[in-house]
Amino acid sequence: MGCAALQRLPGRESGRRGAPCALPLATPALAHGNASHALEPAAKITGSMPAISFQSVSKSYPPPRNSASNALLALDGVSLDIEEGEFFGLLGPNGAGKTTMISILAGLTRATRGTVSVLGSDVHRDYAQARRKLGVVPQELVFDPFFSVRETLRIQSGYFGVRKNDAWIDELLSSLGLADKAESNMRQLSGGMKRRMLVAQALVHKPPVIVLDEPTAGVDVELRQTLWHFIAKLNKLGHTVLLTTHYLEEAEALCGRIAMLKSGRVVALDRTSELLKAASSNVLRFKLDAELPKALAEKARVTGRIVQFPAHDALEIEHYLAAVREAGLHAEDVEIRKADLEDVFLDVMTQHRDSVAGVAA
Amino acid sequence: MNGWQTLLYKEVLRFWKVGFQTVAAPVLTAILYLLIFGHLLEDHVKVYDTISYTAFLVPGLVMMSVLQNAFANSSSSLIQSKIMGSLVFLLLTPLSHWSWFFAYVGSSVVRGLAVGLGVLAATAWFTTLSVQAPLWILVFALAGASFLGALGLIAGLWAEKFDQLAAFQNFVIMPMTFLSGVFYSIKSLPPFWQGVSHLNPFFYMIDGFRYGFFGASDTSPWISLVVVGTALAIASAVAVHLLRIGYKIRS
Repeated sequence: MGCAALQRLPGRESGRRGAPCALPLATPALAHGNASHALEPAAKITGSMPAISFQSVSKSYPPPRNSASNALLALDGVSLDIEEGEFFGLLGPNGAGKTTMISILAGLTRATRGTVSVLGSDVHRDYAQARRKLGVVPQELVFDPFFSVRETLRIQSGYFGVRKNDAWIDELLSSLGLADKAESNMRQLSGGMKRRMLVAQALVHKPPVIVLDEPTAGVDVELRQTLWHFIAKLNKLGHTVLLTTHYLEEAEALCGRIAMLKSGRVVALDRTSELLKAASSNVLRFKLDAELPKALAEKARVTGRIVQFPAHDALEIEHYLAAVREAGLHAEDVEIRKADLEDVFLDVMTQHRDSVAGVAA
Repeated sequence: MNGWQTLLYKEVLRFWKVGFQTVAAPVLTAILYLLIFGHLLEDHVKVYDTISYTAFLVPGLVMMSVLQNAFANSSSSLIQSKIMGSLVFLLLTPLSHWSWFFAYVGSSVVRGLAVGLGVLAATAWFTTLSVQAPLWILVFALAGASFLGALGLIAGLWAEKFDQLAAFQNFVIMPMTFLSGVFYSIKSLPPFWQGVSHLNPFFYMIDGFRYGFFGASDTSPWISLVVVGTALAIASAVAVHLLRIGYKIRS
């Protein structure tokens, strides 16, 4: 990939348009390993085509055999465009349809209605082209026990017709902190390492669009940092990233735009900053040893001893504190903080509390 | 290597890494059959006028090993990766249904032939075989292994648990191979069972394969070729169709 590709990169990288070609990839070193042969930018294919496009996509699963229940509608007319270079978050409680969307995108499942395309390639009609442009990190921690780490990555490259891929494989391994495990069998890796191998396997063919389905579940803090550093770097180089996660702080920190999904429908879709702005601006938070009176508890989010009230202004905060005092309770460690994505998420999900009762965060 | 060649290579590497189980064990089993049945029946059974029973038995055992291992390769690889979940890595690739078909059937043929050659080499200690028509040997070995590789592909796609696959293997494949004339010439059977044997495609594979060694067989190798070719064509069409629609692998 030469300078031409680099010059067509969106966002930050476009500032380098006049830079000499000899130093096209002067990006900061990675958290792990030396970036001796640096990451390559994703080639931008066209100017206007969305990276990922869902058009009125529905998916229903037939009811189980010998069952009187109706077909399960996992997705209900979802339309969503993700532009090239975006870092996009897909949030929603368990069973909202996030994984179904990703499965349709990846060709693991077929949509009942609607069309899905990756950089203009229909995932059904042009499946080979679509899959070449897509790197998917599956949610399940799966591996092939017959092969070593390097063999696994060489084989995965081969499926995409990529030959002599060792330089890139080495770079992936060192970026993901797996360089010293290259010759180990997959069975010998810890859970966190296997998780990172899923990322490496998704990236062997340098896809311009990267999809991560809950990639940090069960990964410790340090490795999560490594992973996000790496993914954020790929995003800066022009790769489009679609992420589903249950860690809302991660989504808030990383995603430029977010869609919230509930019962197979998009219930919120906006820039992360706009979503945060639209929510109640403050949260009153304190600790309590006793139980809240029922009238108050309905408005609060209670997690063990921690009680949180969304509040718009000082008056509302005073009102809550007074109500707690009147109930004869003693609030400890009182603080008032800005609303975060978790508050927005819970807000949106409560507004759409029609079919799913439990809210997972 | 392009996509389907990589998958073929991976499938061959997979069984080769557990070669004791996938190659050496079936060779040993075939030798045990030869020792026991050869010893017991050598002086009691005469099949063709000039051929000893042990010599008669060898091509049948070779072909039986080829067929059983070709079936075992594609079916067990598919069901394992389905149950482990690692099939997803293949489902995410641009490989077409034809690529899947040729890679899985191809690796089944490789395993079948590897075991078959192993059995042939090992049994050379016990008897000397003539080779009358090597081309027929090759044609029937390839067609038979491909047929069973395609059947294994179908069974591997269909089965949801190891139990179902084992049932298919033990209640369909095993009886059909054992009742195909590996251990006897069907001419020795009562007319009714001769008729039943003629409905079994495995009989034609074994019989045609044996013709290549002795130049003599229960039925004409051309008829066997037509039957085996038809069986292969049907199994392949079904396997390719199931792969194309993503039967039980893409919902």
